[in-house]
Amino acid sequence: MAFEAPKIDYTGKIKEITLGTGNKAVKVGGSTSYPFYLFEGQMPNPPRIAMEVFDFAPDDWAEAAVEPFKDVIGDPVAWAKKNIQEYGAEMIALQLRSIDPNGLNRSANEAAATAKRVIDAVDVPVILWGVANHEKDTEVLRLIAESCEGKNLALGPVEEEDYKQIGASAIAYKHTVIASSPIDINLAKQLNILLDNLGVPGNKIIVDPTTGALGYGLEYTYSVMERDRMAALTQEDEKLQYPLICNVGYEVWKTKEAKMKTGDDIKFGDSKKRGIIMECVTAMSLLLAGADILIMRHPESIKLIRKMITDLAS
Amino acid sequence: MGLSGIEIYKLLPQTNCGDCGVPTCLAFAMKLAAGQTELAKCPQVSEESKQKLDIASAPPILPVTVGKFKTGGETVLFRHEKSFVNPTGIAVLVTDKMSDAEADKRITNFRELRYERVGLVLKADLIAVKSESGDAGAFEKLVGKAKDAAGGDGGLILMADTAELLAAGLKAAADQKPLLYAATKSNAEAVAALAKENKCPVAVKGENLDEVIELTQKLTGMGLKEIVIDSGSRKLRKVFEDQVILRRAAIKKAFRPLGFPTITFPCEMSNDLMEETLIASTLIAKYGGIVVLSDLEGHSLFPLVVQRMNIFTDPQRPMATEQGIYPINNPDDNSPVLITTNFSLTYFIVSGEIEGSRIPTWLLVLDTEGLSVLTAWAAGKFAADAIGPFVKKSDIVGKIKHRSLIIPGYAASISGELEEELPDWKITIGPREAAHIPAFLKQYKAS
Repeated sequence: MAFEAPKIDYTGKIKEITLGTGNKAVKVGGSTSYPFYLFEGQMPNPPRIAMEVFDFAPDDWAEAAVEPFKDVIGDPVAWAKKNIQEYGAEMIALQLRSIDPNGLNRSANEAAATAKRVIDAVDVPVILWGVANHEKDTEVLRLIAESCEGKNLALGPVEEEDYKQIGASAIAYKHTVIASSPIDINLAKQLNILLDNLGVPGNKIIVDPTTGALGYGLEYTYSVMERDRMAALTQEDEKLQYPLICNVGYEVWKTKEAKMKTGDDIKFGDSKKRGIIMECVTAMSLLLAGADILIMRHPESIKLIRKMITDLAS
Repeated sequence: MGLSGIEIYKLLPQTNCGDCGVPTCLAFAMKLAAGQTELAKCPQVSEESKQKLDIASAPPILPVTVGKFKTGGETVLFRHEKSFVNPTGIAVLVTDKMSDAEADKRITNFRELRYERVGLVLKADLIAVKSESGDAGAFEKLVGKAKDAAGGDGGLILMADTAELLAAGLKAAADQKPLLYAATKSNAEAVAALAKENKCPVAVKGENLDEVIELTQKLTGMGLKEIVIDSGSRKLRKVFEDQVILRRAAIKKAFRPLGFPTITFPCEMSNDLMEETLIASTLIAKYGGIVVLSDLEGHSLFPLVVQRMNIFTDPQRPMATEQGIYPINNPDDNSPVLITTNFSLTYFIVSGEIEGSRIPTWLLVLDTEGLSVLTAWAAGKFAADAIGPFVKKSDIVGKIKHRSLIIPGYAASISGELEEELPDWKITIGPREAAHIPAFLKQYKAS
């Protein structure tokens, strides 16, 4: 008698969410099984990658991460265009790091104007990512939401402390929110409920579980995402049936091991390859835990992860 | 594991002798059923009962030992349920068609690429020696070469198509109980007999799960228990699917013929080491027992062993760093002194930021039982009466001329009490977030 594989009876489905507008809009979510368990469910929209752009010229990046962008760093519009034209980016994630009150502390008006120029220059969906400073994020994201009405941007991180303000802007100007909670399934659920009560439509929420990089809390993110998918797919927890987004590149490339130079310690091999593999191993782990969107940095990392997604899904 | 407390009780002597340390046999049975004690603690149990209980209480995925390396023994599907037991083994392939230099490089890297992190040594575990030429002498010689490197704290895998070749390899290393790869449909009897005779673990390779089941049943029928499964496919999607189905069948359905750890071959699934590494990372997350790689490089092995540590760490227990003084960027007697807690993430992030600042600094790490600054402060473990004695007892005073201590911003409220505990010291409140340490240190240095 042939062996019959035990299957899981999934009762839930991840919501399908569209980012951007027009023919370059990107649809994510829709899964009816655990990630890549294609023998017992569907993944109608395989995970997608958003490529990072910084809104100013970072001065502390690893050499390997600067190299592909050295002609466009400091010019976010050119950077975004290069990501799309040269590296085939399907989405842009603009990291609004210039607004950090502990860093450059650029004014909201200036940062929002830069963001608008980037958004207007590209036709792919744009994700805007603040610095988790509630006042500053609120100020900047509101301005961007208003000046780019109807573009269906993804605005984040939206946290319990600023969901009302950013959520209201998203509703008013038809954008999507990135609901962000600190690696805790109950807090994630609670924030989704709050956003729902505020009136954010169910198809305008994606969830950021908070990303820990390889060696820096990856396991916490991994498990919270697995529990999240379990609740969404097998326990019909509607308030967790949203696509998940992970801010991978930023978290990985700031670690000590990703920045170490070749030769600092011979046991760590080639600096460039190490950084790329660290970014990819983090991305791979989070894909298996349920990520629908990955924000990534290095073009070679992105190429490798695209190949892996294809291999796992075909 | 499969039996209830009552079912176990029926097999115990029921004398309530208490020799096991538990007052009654029923209470002992309940503990056994919950996995809180071992049958070995009962000196009175009959051989017959013992055998029955051993079979019933074995984990759904049987444990397998290859030299000093252990795999299998898993009991859950998700790490948040209960921590995974034996981390996926990382193996490197050497073949008798490689040049000496190529094989030597792999063996040297196997031995030397070791990373210390949170008190653990992270490293590859196994060397897979493969006969590609079919020459018994060449195989034996190569096994002999790999043997010492693998023998210390790892294990060997012998890969060949026939029992004769495997026997030749075994001549060089039978004492290390290598994993014999593989028993297939065409050679199962001979390979199984060799494994039995030498008390070695053995891998089965089937074209698909049905064939695997036939093979494991045949081998268990011959009395072999230490079996590893290769489900045949070299396509990522299929290999991934097989791992999930195997693990699920064993754990959810207690399906014994698939209740063994697996061996997988990223080295046969790609020609690019970076891609291979990502295939391996997929199989580390999802249920691979062993992953065999074509090569080991620092930049590929390091990310993989860290990922493995992350996945296999106990989700209930925070990882902790050792209490002590950590010199960063070659500090001298004028360098600033910072203090933080020993939650490993806190330590990694704080030390990483200090390193990134390039400012020579002494970092004191206080044992707070693995709690982060805010939690430890709230729990009273990062308090003046813990920090004071620690600073005094540590030999930091012998390393510096000044008496200035920088505490985390989140613990600002303890500064007054700390000044009382350390009257000679000036206490400065540092930033709350580690990310702001470099800016703080730059300014601190200037003042």
